[in-house]
Amino acid sequence: MSDHHHHDHHHDHDHSELSETELRVRALETILTEKGYVDPAALDLLIETYETKVGPRNGARVVAKAWSDPAYRERLLQDATAAIAELGYSGRQGEHIVAVENTPATHNMVVCTLCSCYPWSVLGLPPVWYKSAPYRSRTVKEPRAVLADFGVTLPDDTAIRVWDSTAEIRYLVIPMRPAGSEGLSEERLADLVTRDSMIGTGLACAPTEVA
Amino acid sequence: MDGAHDMGGMDGFGPVVPEPNEPAFHAPWERRAFALTLAMARPGGWNIDMSRFARENRSPAEHLSKSYYQIWLAGLEQLMAERGLVTADEIAAGQPLHPRREVAALPPADVAPMLARGGPTDRPSAAPARFKIGDRVRTRTIHPRGHTRLPRYVRGHVGVIELLHGAHVFPDSNARGAGEQPQFLYTVTFDGREIWGDDAEPGLRVSVDAWDSYLEPA
Repeated sequence: MSDHHHHDHHHDHDHSELSETELRVRALETILTEKGYVDPAALDLLIETYETKVGPRNGARVVAKAWSDPAYRERLLQDATAAIAELGYSGRQGEHIVAVENTPATHNMVVCTLCSCYPWSVLGLPPVWYKSAPYRSRTVKEPRAVLADFGVTLPDDTAIRVWDSTAEIRYLVIPMRPAGSEGLSEERLADLVTRDSMIGTGLACAPTEVA
Repeated sequence: MDGAHDMGGMDGFGPVVPEPNEPAFHAPWERRAFALTLAMARPGGWNIDMSRFARENRSPAEHLSKSYYQIWLAGLEQLMAERGLVTADEIAAGQPLHPRREVAALPPADVAPMLARGGPTDRPSAAPARFKIGDRVRTRTIHPRGHTRLPRYVRGHVGVIELLHGAHVFPDSNARGAGEQPQFLYTVTFDGREIWGDDAEPGLRVSVDAWDSYLEPA
């Protein structure tokens, strides 16, 4: 259980508000259940799916396969939705996916300035920072400064390409394959692919970082 | 609407604060609010564009002071109230006060199929695309009071068509119950300087996905 609000910097203020919200959600669930609009067992399944089954490991497997299999990489860049479905990942908030590849010349970053659109089927639910006002406001304007908040500095001659996902197209960044990863299995390669590297706020890990 | 949800380019929100090993949810109520929202879409009969508008259609002060799932909750309550499913007095009382409407709950057995199916928005197109890759286009200057997916920071700017996505459900009409009215969808890419002027970070390019009626030839 993770009932710690460590993303919040206003503990005292938020605690009373959160308990108010907590009560409201409980009341709502009671009413909806008693009215027969929701089945609590279905709610449990929805939560379980996104807490334990759908997450960034899906996307990491996609990237690892693209790194190891040139034909798969080609299919992924041509039709990411179909190529990702080959691995069994599809459905909600992954209905239309475009994969964009980082190179020494171009670094891709993904944001949704209007809400928090995110490729759930390959990355799971978005982190708080992705949904936050700082990320949504600044990424389209000063992505290098945003990258600095993540401790990432790119060479001056790398162009930054930001994808604001304003429609139902979801973008998956294929990070650059790190040096020293030659000969690793797909499973080991997937260990190098962080969630942030598939959003564009991070880079894939070097093999020495995850050993 | 020109609301607080449309944040691209605003200043003053401070740094992005990554959270190491972040959990999917930060409180038990977030789990329930998330699941209630997903589970109510079918019995409620609303679409994703109506959900988005219900979340964004509130005062800037309210929008900016609520957390992400608090906004989801407010949107859900609004959608249900509009349809007479659950009313404010019932939420205040914590129990049903009015007769239920005859809608069926999402059964547990339908959860996996519903998530697997998702909600594809591509639709057959009757006409060919108006623009082709490489065409220069200008985003229209529009300020609809209802839902739109053309962010303020790109309105009135010239970009280049980079990707064609075929026809997709048009959120501006779908959100107000006026039907899907599919239109061609394009990825339009802007040079950073076109949007931000001389202050733009060197080498920056930014794209949005824009429906046909957001665009005019440039």
